[in-house]
Amino acid sequence: MAATTLDATPVTPVAGIAPRERRERRSRRLLGAGAWLCGIIFFLPFAWMVLTSFHSEQDAGTNPPKIDAPLTLHGYREFFGSGTGVSPWPPLINSLTASIVSTLLVLLLATPAAYALSIKPVRKWSDAMFFFLSTKMLPVVAGLLPVYLIAKNIGMLDNIWLLVILYTSMNLPIAVWMMRSFLSDVPGAIIEAASIDGAGLPTILARIVAPIVAPGIAATALISFIFSWNELLFARVLTGVTANTAPVFLTSFVTSQGLFLAKVCAAAVCISLPVLAAGFAAQDKLVQGLSLGAVK
Amino acid sequence: MSTPSIIGQRHAPPAVSGSAASRAPRRQRGAWARRAPLLPALVFMIVVTQLPFVGTLVISFMRWNALDPSDKGFTGFDNYKEEFTDPQLRSALTTTVVLTVTVVLVSLVLGLGLALLMDRKFPGRGAVRTLLITPFLVVPVASALLWKHALYNATYGFINGSLTWIWSVFGSDNAPQPDWLSTSPKLAVEASLIWQWTPFMMLILLAGLQSRPTDVVEAARVDGAGNWDIFRYLTFPHLRRYLELAALLGTVYVVQNFDAVFTLTSGGLGTANLPYAVYSTFYEAHDYGQASAEGVIVVILSIIVATFALRSVSSLLREETH
Repeated sequence: MAATTLDATPVTPVAGIAPRERRERRSRRLLGAGAWLCGIIFFLPFAWMVLTSFHSEQDAGTNPPKIDAPLTLHGYREFFGSGTGVSPWPPLINSLTASIVSTLLVLLLATPAAYALSIKPVRKWSDAMFFFLSTKMLPVVAGLLPVYLIAKNIGMLDNIWLLVILYTSMNLPIAVWMMRSFLSDVPGAIIEAASIDGAGLPTILARIVAPIVAPGIAATALISFIFSWNELLFARVLTGVTANTAPVFLTSFVTSQGLFLAKVCAAAVCISLPVLAAGFAAQDKLVQGLSLGAVK
Repeated sequence: MSTPSIIGQRHAPPAVSGSAASRAPRRQRGAWARRAPLLPALVFMIVVTQLPFVGTLVISFMRWNALDPSDKGFTGFDNYKEEFTDPQLRSALTTTVVLTVTVVLVSLVLGLGLALLMDRKFPGRGAVRTLLITPFLVVPVASALLWKHALYNATYGFINGSLTWIWSVFGSDNAPQPDWLSTSPKLAVEASLIWQWTPFMMLILLAGLQSRPTDVVEAARVDGAGNWDIFRYLTFPHLRRYLELAALLGTVYVVQNFDAVFTLTSGGLGTANLPYAVYSTFYEAHDYGQASAEGVIVVILSIIVATFALRSVSSLLREETH
């Protein structure tokens, strides 16, 4: 790189350094302020949703917006069913069931598979890896109709367990990839040393492997939970009345009862809350999971 | 360091290696023991994802409308021909491409800018990062509803409300009040998706920036490289793979987008993409054959993208394996 293109100041002693440092500090402060501004701009729509959810319906639908309107829990009370006749609890419980059970299934299936793949014993192990990945890239709509027809024929429509199975298949490939990358992080030398010291496989798994991969398992569970919780298309097509999930409930919420902006915002905030909390808690793991463990 | 020997140690449980079994059977039994853990996941995936796709493929060659069950049979490529000649269906195809390319490119550029900003230390960096990733964590349906009703709505949406307010500050009471969703529906859908996906791009690129070896940058700076030189010759080449990865993963997710199109416009005004088209052909028009053909086309499109994505991921994987 050409050293000649540089500004001349750095080499000059003491006198030259001070202004440069000052300039750098100023630019750093400016960039920091820019970052804050961007953060606020991106956060603004969400902040508006939260604020609106605490307004009364009259104050929510005003033009120009009333930012300092009095706060009320009216929207939340409406959402949780007082007076509307439609309780949000069954869909919320359905979402919880589908997300939690499918996440457990994902862990149960993915852990052994990832273990097998992380030690790369299987000839063409990378083919198996890519098979899992390719199923993730297969759009869900590609299998929707046959799944619907089969479910209809065996009486599984509007059944939460059908969603559990589908969500498991949706998240399993990502989980295998993520867990493999975590398991590959376990240093072989430690295991070797432990087995020389006479530790058996169960001991090795429990005392050495488990503590190292525990955060990875937690992250995998988190990703799987979020994707299941967010899913709309399958739930919309394959459930009706009894097995509908929170996102489906949210969409019906608007069309069936006209628009109550504060109530809709309250519902959106409530339904987003579990994912927001989980996501804030594990930002780094989220990236790693979403990039299939390719980025660490 | 000889990796194979360590790997060997790892997958052979000590109990087995201590036994007096002869070499060949032990290896065979070991091979099975090593493959077996893979099987449940493999079988499950094949049954739940591959078999239905075969079903879709078969139905795509059939004339099958649920509203007219008597007229059911094989038609060859008719559904596909329909797909490419019917202007409405063809528009779903172009919409998918336009929507995906726009959203991925814009959010990638914004994400890069944000990642570069966030890579520097400044007070409250963690807080800003949390603010920035929020759009990505809001449940997609909720964020689509937020944009549709709380932001875009012509009479009480935040955007038009703010316009009224700004105009009133300058003493005018006829601020423009466009109906965003009907005047520029595609742009409206894209904007909400860009809002949602920029944080994803930023997170991946930030991970890339932070994995950059600092000593090299330090050395370049000592050698007198300016900020632009460092970006051009060090940061950018290092980031290239992360940019590729972000773009391809983003594409895979955005191509499949259903929630935003469904909620914001219900596929109206030329915003129906292929996933939405499949949904409405199947769920509303009950044309199973046609819907399946659309599904197969989405898969073909995705395979084209996925081939590149797989290549990019496999290069990262190879690096890890070497």
